[in-house]
Amino acid sequence: MTTEQLHDVRLHVNGSVHEVQVPARRLLSDALRHDCGLTGTHVGCEHGVCGACTVLVDGTPMRSCLMLAVSAVDAEITTVEGLTEDDGTAQGRLSPVQQAFSDCHGLQCGFCTPGFLTTITAGLRETPDPTEDEAREMIAGNLCRCTGYQNIVKSVLRASEIVAERERGEA
Amino acid sequence: MTTKMFGAKVARVEDQRFLRGQGRYVDDLLTDDPRLLHSAVLRSPHAHARIVDIDVSDVLDLEGVIAVWTWDDLTGPMAEPLPLLIPHPTLTHGRTQYALARDEVNYVGEAIAFVVAVDRYVAEDAVSRIRVDYEFLKPVVGIAAARAAANAVHDDVPDNVGARMEQENGDARAAIATAPHTLTLDLDVERSACTPMEGRGTVARWDPDTSRLTVWSSTQTSTGVRGCVAAKLGLDLAKVDVVTPDVGGGFGVKINHPWPEELLVPLAAMTLGRPVKFTEDRREHFISSAHERAQQHHVEVGFDDDGRVLGLNVEFWHDHGAYTPYGLIVPIITSTQLLGPYKPANYRVVFESLYTNTVIVTPYRGAGRPQGCFVMERTMDAISAYLGKDRTEVRATNFIQPDEFPYEHGLVFQDGRELTYDSGDYPASLVKLKELVGWDEFEDFRAEMAAQGRKVGIGLACYVEGTGVGPYEGAHVHIETSGKVKVATGLTTQGQGHQTAFAQIVADTLGVRFEDVEITTGDTRKMPYAVGTFASRAAVMSGSAIHLAALRAKEKALRIAAEALEASEDDLEIADGVVSVRGTDASAGTRIDLGTVAVLSNPLRYAFDEASKAATQFSVGDPGKPPVAEDDEPGLEGKDFYSPPRSTFANGMHAVIVETDPDTAEIKILKYAVVHDCGNLINPMIVEGQIHGGVAQGVGGALYERMAYDESGQLLNASFMDFLMPYATEVPTSIDIDHLETPSPLNPLGIKGAGEAGVIPSAAVFAAAIEDAEGFPIMSMPISPSELFELRLAHADEPHPLTEESA
Repeated sequence: MTTEQLHDVRLHVNGSVHEVQVPARRLLSDALRHDCGLTGTHVGCEHGVCGACTVLVDGTPMRSCLMLAVSAVDAEITTVEGLTEDDGTAQGRLSPVQQAFSDCHGLQCGFCTPGFLTTITAGLRETPDPTEDEAREMIAGNLCRCTGYQNIVKSVLRASEIVAERERGEA
Repeated sequence: MTTKMFGAKVARVEDQRFLRGQGRYVDDLLTDDPRLLHSAVLRSPHAHARIVDIDVSDVLDLEGVIAVWTWDDLTGPMAEPLPLLIPHPTLTHGRTQYALARDEVNYVGEAIAFVVAVDRYVAEDAVSRIRVDYEFLKPVVGIAAARAAANAVHDDVPDNVGARMEQENGDARAAIATAPHTLTLDLDVERSACTPMEGRGTVARWDPDTSRLTVWSSTQTSTGVRGCVAAKLGLDLAKVDVVTPDVGGGFGVKINHPWPEELLVPLAAMTLGRPVKFTEDRREHFISSAHERAQQHHVEVGFDDDGRVLGLNVEFWHDHGAYTPYGLIVPIITSTQLLGPYKPANYRVVFESLYTNTVIVTPYRGAGRPQGCFVMERTMDAISAYLGKDRTEVRATNFIQPDEFPYEHGLVFQDGRELTYDSGDYPASLVKLKELVGWDEFEDFRAEMAAQGRKVGIGLACYVEGTGVGPYEGAHVHIETSGKVKVATGLTTQGQGHQTAFAQIVADTLGVRFEDVEITTGDTRKMPYAVGTFASRAAVMSGSAIHLAALRAKEKALRIAAEALEASEDDLEIADGVVSVRGTDASAGTRIDLGTVAVLSNPLRYAFDEASKAATQFSVGDPGKPPVAEDDEPGLEGKDFYSPPRSTFANGMHAVIVETDPDTAEIKILKYAVVHDCGNLINPMIVEGQIHGGVAQGVGGALYERMAYDESGQLLNASFMDFLMPYATEVPTSIDIDHLETPSPLNPLGIKGAGEAGVIPSAAVFAAAIEDAEGFPIMSMPISPSELFELRLAHADEPHPLTEESA
């Protein structure tokens, strides 16, 4: 009989605080999904290769399956649920990247999509006006088994346009 | 006037929840239920061994562990082998595994014990405490070892042969013997696998208050799982509900059922009185979920001076892994679909399906067709090379012509029906493809590249795909008093956009707004009669059933509306959810909302809102007649089933231009072109998305993916780190697509399936292009740079062997 020591962890996710009790070995991906109830973050491989579990940690894309929940205590975490923009409605307005995926048929089964959305959100902050090659490079660390990536590359380029349109007040 | 939705690029409605993180996949369910338990499976670390003893005495000592099962704990049907889902008369030695191994394990990854605990971490800790004593047996790994049969996978299966099947149309061997020219080829394809981003998963909850079992599974067949769970757990079918929520890709692997966990999870939930979940991890997926593709083929072909095939004799050996739960579907498809768009005058095919001590084989997107296409297209290329003819000319010579449909091959297809193609226009497709890829200009391009020291090659491959197999699908259409339309069909969805495509069909058939239609798939509570989503059958089968069910609902709506409007049914039309007398304006008395028609369809005793007040028995109907006529029923609904006489046959052709690096032998894709014919397109955007995905999977299968087993049966690349799937950087930068629409005469919408097409010709088209670039034959796929490099060395001083007539 062994008793696993639990740690009180305060996670800052999408602007809210989640107080959770977890063992030291609990992955951030599992803590987000099972302790915080934010199941939008998906787990595809648990070894950091597929990118489905990517979340933003202080704005930087991170594999939440390669982080321990206890190591994320002081960070601001953004998951797919936190990407929509507050427009006064309950659902919120789709972010430029989310909207672009809808416009360009950038997803099929939707399982890998949250990881792409968070990755591209950060990528466009760094490279706001990517070329097609840069768009491809931006998503080159994420696996998708359905789309063949054609429409995801288009979505990156379209998202860049939507950001600009919204900044100009057009959308 | 309502906009026509069928054929329009309508944005997908399901995307909204996926984009917001609100999709609900199996592992997302019941996460806030504190009673939920988690499970883990002890899997065999050995490919072939007898189990001498299993010691679980340390397991329950671990805090948080609730229960552990081995085969000894199973009773009744659960203790019997898993079902053989598709028995075939030629599968003379079918074998299936037990839910938990009994006495013997036959592949690395076979389930031995099942642990339930408070979370997955603890369940895995518990699994590591189980001690098993094994007596090692010699493993049989790969087709060569299975054929040599020095060792047996199953003691009672002679020579490891599970099945031997032969079909012949004409006398192929005699035709080859007398043909002006003959060639022989040996063609191999290696193992790969579906590997959807979401692995398998099952959750079950037993409700003691209602004595019902609810199972959520990431499956391609809810009704199939339901039937198996009920049979194995000894429950009445009516006590079991199976619901398939969002599924993170399937590609075939989730059509096999029941997986051991699909039975063990419900068993545990019933036994423990708490909900239980199993979520497969990635390593488990590699070593315990099905693979496909591995086959070796020997071809003899006889042909005339034009390249016309006079006789084709194909023998092949299929590696079906340790067990045969899904029967012989894959090799039967290879043996029949190999013919593609061609009509060899005489064709014989014989295959043996062999046991090996490796993971089971069940259909993977394309299901035997990629191998068949590889065999036939390599043969066409070999004939072209031998005769010095253009590869497109030899193909055109052998095409079935447009006026020859329906074309009967004189063979039996996988569904037990005759192999009869319904429609197509292969010559027209070839014209389009040559144009799209620039076939006739390629030699100029090659010269241009050569001047820069670059080596390029072009290849093409044609295929025909039997889609929309039966036996049936059904649909139920319910128009609510709000005018909203709820539609249920029983097959499942794995990301294909069914909720959108099916709603497009309903919107047009019924004359309602697309936004008012809601589609439910894969829920046995709403449609208990269904088959599943595989073999590119969803649009053909459920699409047709939904169309027919919507027609029934429409018929009833028009009948009731005609009475209310005192008009003839023939004069009525429905648009945007309003029934009106054709040719009249919007004045009162000539129009009625479908919602109101729904109110009128259901004579009520109780008024519970404004709409129902209008429908009470004192408000509607003739007091002199019964409220519901003898030949009628209340409610505005339609239900129907579609059962096809036989499969539809989609077809297509791909071409690729590759560049091979002179030093590193890397293979770069310069251009990729697709001509595709899946009959009438419901939503071209969705069809093109399916093609994109298929091409990417095909690129993976042709250039990267393989299951690297060592001789002891260990899978050496059971992770995404080592099993190479294409990223955005490995797929073509663009895929040029042209559609040809030859409607199928077999269903009311004229559609054929489109789900697998993209992946079928990949191995063939890449082999052809690499061969064209390098000048020596490519007979085995996939091909890595190091393999291409070795081939270069081997062929450095040889003439092209296909220019030598075989003995």
